[in-house]
Amino acid sequence: MLSGAELQNLNMFAAQWVAPTIDYHGLAPELVLAGGLCLVLILDLFIDDRKKWLLSVISSFTLLAAMLPILTLALSDVQVRSMFDGRYVVDNFSLVMKGVFLLSGYVVVLLSSSHVEEGEYWRGEYWFLLLTSLLGMLMMTSARDLVSIFVALEFLSIPAYMLAAWRKRDAKSNEAGVKYFMLGVFASAVMLYGMSLLYGVTNSTLLVDIASKITVDGEFSAVHALAVVFVVVGFAFKVSAVPFHTWAPDTYEGAPTPVTAFLSVASKAAGFVALVVLIYTAFPLAQDVWQPFIWVLSALTMTVGNVLALKQHNIVRMIAYSSISQGGFVLMPLAVAGMPNSGDSALRSVVLYMIIYAATNLGVFAVILSVSRKTRSGEISSFGGLFSYAPALGIMMTLFMASLAGIPPLGGWIAKFVAFQSLLQSQSSWGYALALIGAVNSVIAFGYYGNVMREIWMRPVPDGDTTPIKTPGSLAIALAITSAATLIFGVLPGVGLHFADLAEIAGAISR
Amino acid sequence: MNMLQENNWLLSLGTFLPMVGVVLLMLMPKAQDKSVKLVALFTSIATLAVGVYTAFRFDFDQAEKMQFVANETWISVIKSSYFIGVDGISLPLYLLSMVITLLVVIYSLDHVPSPGKPKAFFSLLLVLQTGMAGTFIAQDLILFFVFFELVLLPMFFMIGVWGGEQRQYASIKFFLYTMFGSALMLVAFLALFFKTGAESFSIPYLIENGGSIGKNIQIWIFAGMFVGFAVKVPMFPFHTWLPDAHTQAPTQGSVILAAILLKLGTYGFVRIALPILPTAAREWAPYIGGLAVIGIIYGALGCLAQTDMKRLIAFSSVAHMGFVMLGISTLTSFGVNAAMFGMVAHGLITGMLFFVAGSVKERYHTLEISKLGGMLTQMPHLGWIFGFCTMASLGLPGLAGFWGEFPAILSAYSPAAGLNETVFRVFMVIAALGTVLAAAYLLWLYQRIAFGTPKNASHDAHSSHDELHDVTIYEWVAWTPLLVAILVLGIVPNLLFKVLDPAVQVTLSAFGG
Repeated sequence: MLSGAELQNLNMFAAQWVAPTIDYHGLAPELVLAGGLCLVLILDLFIDDRKKWLLSVISSFTLLAAMLPILTLALSDVQVRSMFDGRYVVDNFSLVMKGVFLLSGYVVVLLSSSHVEEGEYWRGEYWFLLLTSLLGMLMMTSARDLVSIFVALEFLSIPAYMLAAWRKRDAKSNEAGVKYFMLGVFASAVMLYGMSLLYGVTNSTLLVDIASKITVDGEFSAVHALAVVFVVVGFAFKVSAVPFHTWAPDTYEGAPTPVTAFLSVASKAAGFVALVVLIYTAFPLAQDVWQPFIWVLSALTMTVGNVLALKQHNIVRMIAYSSISQGGFVLMPLAVAGMPNSGDSALRSVVLYMIIYAATNLGVFAVILSVSRKTRSGEISSFGGLFSYAPALGIMMTLFMASLAGIPPLGGWIAKFVAFQSLLQSQSSWGYALALIGAVNSVIAFGYYGNVMREIWMRPVPDGDTTPIKTPGSLAIALAITSAATLIFGVLPGVGLHFADLAEIAGAISR
Repeated sequence: MNMLQENNWLLSLGTFLPMVGVVLLMLMPKAQDKSVKLVALFTSIATLAVGVYTAFRFDFDQAEKMQFVANETWISVIKSSYFIGVDGISLPLYLLSMVITLLVVIYSLDHVPSPGKPKAFFSLLLVLQTGMAGTFIAQDLILFFVFFELVLLPMFFMIGVWGGEQRQYASIKFFLYTMFGSALMLVAFLALFFKTGAESFSIPYLIENGGSIGKNIQIWIFAGMFVGFAVKVPMFPFHTWLPDAHTQAPTQGSVILAAILLKLGTYGFVRIALPILPTAAREWAPYIGGLAVIGIIYGALGCLAQTDMKRLIAFSSVAHMGFVMLGISTLTSFGVNAAMFGMVAHGLITGMLFFVAGSVKERYHTLEISKLGGMLTQMPHLGWIFGFCTMASLGLPGLAGFWGEFPAILSAYSPAAGLNETVFRVFMVIAALGTVLAAAYLLWLYQRIAFGTPKNASHDAHSSHDELHDVTIYEWVAWTPLLVAILVLGIVPNLLFKVLDPAVQVTLSAFGG
């Protein structure tokens, strides 16, 4: 039953509907991206087949152009731009994450261009789908309403399903796409069910409203708890947290390698963005439900991901499990995010981890793509003796592996450090226990990262084939960007932390 | 604690100069081996020159104070800063790292181990140098941690690429052990940070405020640090990586491991664990002392069981570091002075022994003790140098080894107030027995390698005879400074004690001197 006041409200609303005021400056990054992807789609129809490479250039320029409004927004005096009754918010958190998505997207375009040109792909659609998925990610950073979160999620996921199956007539790629699609849809269904329960008990889809109504006199009912858990599970699929990770290795291995890079970095980050937004703006008072749940997810994710990664022979599959395990580290501080003194630092840690992980993991894929151009192999042993005939690639892969393993002075260490810091800051036994599990796991992880280094430096070259590797220009640029970022974030951690510290979610309940 | 800030660019220059060399090496074409070696040589000479100049400007009358202090913002969000400085404890180790690196570079001019790649080899050496020097000057826990870890990867590659037969196994074992220790150490650092009010990671600040942490929490935090440092030292039972790493590492790697890397652990105890957590240190001291004497006896027995010369020297390190840890565990300034001296002496002597082992391997192509013999007749110079080092290692008075070992044993007679005297006197007796064992295994080693008749002469005399050249000019240049230092410090130990003592007194002020 609606109360009288609400009924009156509704009537008024129906009677005099006014178009919402739209802050075009706030929406400019999305608009630029939307314009660019329409341009790609239309040009693809008219452009000659030999000139299709133009599309990749247009895509990369679109992404860089979309960065411009992000800069102007960051410099403008308006801190928070709230649209549609607070359902779409441009705050510092969303700006930082939009920047991360656009730059990762740019690197993915660099990784893709030679790969797409040389393989049997529908080229125009590839760029179109990539940009569409990125647009969904930008929307995700600003969505502050269950409906807009869901729309953004599907917006970014559906093109990704298609991209995963992009290798024509390749059974593995098709399997990758189908598996991703089936499990993704299943996850969406679970999440939608959770959202419908949420709407049922709180009578609102707006996250800040949900936050205030999630408890009844400070108590939870089973329905509240179930709703929160279902929504979190939905995103646990997206970030491939154990036990919802089963799609990831097959999809990563089967999909075209640049798409894998995109999935393991941008798509995963989008899942974390949604999770963080929900935790901080919709469920801040429900921490008794999600904290233990995320604690278990995090511990399981890093441990299982690590142990399985140890056994892999295929480099992409190993990176798939490694990225599952890294996801556990991102989740780690969220397990104490509801505690009084670690809320801010947990958010900072998640954002920083995503920034650094994006730089490093994209770099890993840039090296894998370069090396596999020569070896045509996905085996880890194909990296044997890389240092002896391609020292630059060998050194860069070593840096990326060391960064993922969290060894100073490379980016990964500060990401892990800040995560540990946040756990210990909570001064709770839960935090200490998870920190110990994380510490042990970061040692286990060296088992497989070190194995790649061992191949590069200490093993013989397979078949003695030491013809040098020709790295195309776009890949070289991607390598330069990612390795410079990995080094700078590690040696001058203040750079990354500065952005991570800016990233405050407007409307989050401050602890 | 008041600090002296003049010339505060000196330490940064000395620490990061090797990185300039690395960048130069990276830019060089691969083929030019000769210029690669020259760049490495000049970089390490320049680094040592900066180090010597630092020592020259060091105010020895105020050795207890931090000098050349620089404190710049680095990671303000987590309250860590680029805070460096040296006092009487740091300076000798800081210089030692530079000297050893230079000597290793000189030795390597003629001995780049298989499979070559001098460019990568020298680059790693120089990165190592930056990490080692940085660890000894860092006055901020996070900065310390970063430098502490910086040495891991270069050493991993040095063992894994240029090492012996089992190099890959040894390198990964080395890495996993150390990383496990440092992961726990980092967690301990963070816990310390929050328990002191989340204000700063600076070591002087933590020394002032660490004592107020409750006893039980102190004990736990100390446990984390203990694992991190004890793996590095290495203390029994965390020592098992050491024989493998030493045996498989190339000569240069073994020298640096023995001379400097092991000291990072003991230095960590003296600089960080003891002064910041005095209450926990008192609780832990008997256990540390106990493990130390177990290490002394276990290391000695291990030595007696070895058939490989290099492995024997590696096990002797476990025993020698046991003496160092015994000195530290007494928590007296006498004991810690002895330990600090022992660290430097062990660095010089064992580093030298590994150099000799490398040269033996190069000439005889084996390190099996049973296949060696008669070195004194074939190569008298090498034989005498080897004899000199074994004597120094077993603690002969008049050589440097004595001043690390004897006072350490003596200090266990009267440990700091609050520690159980009986227990430490038992330790003292056991440690004294350890010196007898040390004499046994070292003399036994020397006797079998240097005395008697040459064994390999019987089978392949014609082919190998021309390889058995005595000490080469490169070796002379690399070794003479070490030999002289062993002798000089043995005769005038006060040269070092004078620098160490004021700083040790200040560091241990929490234990009543």
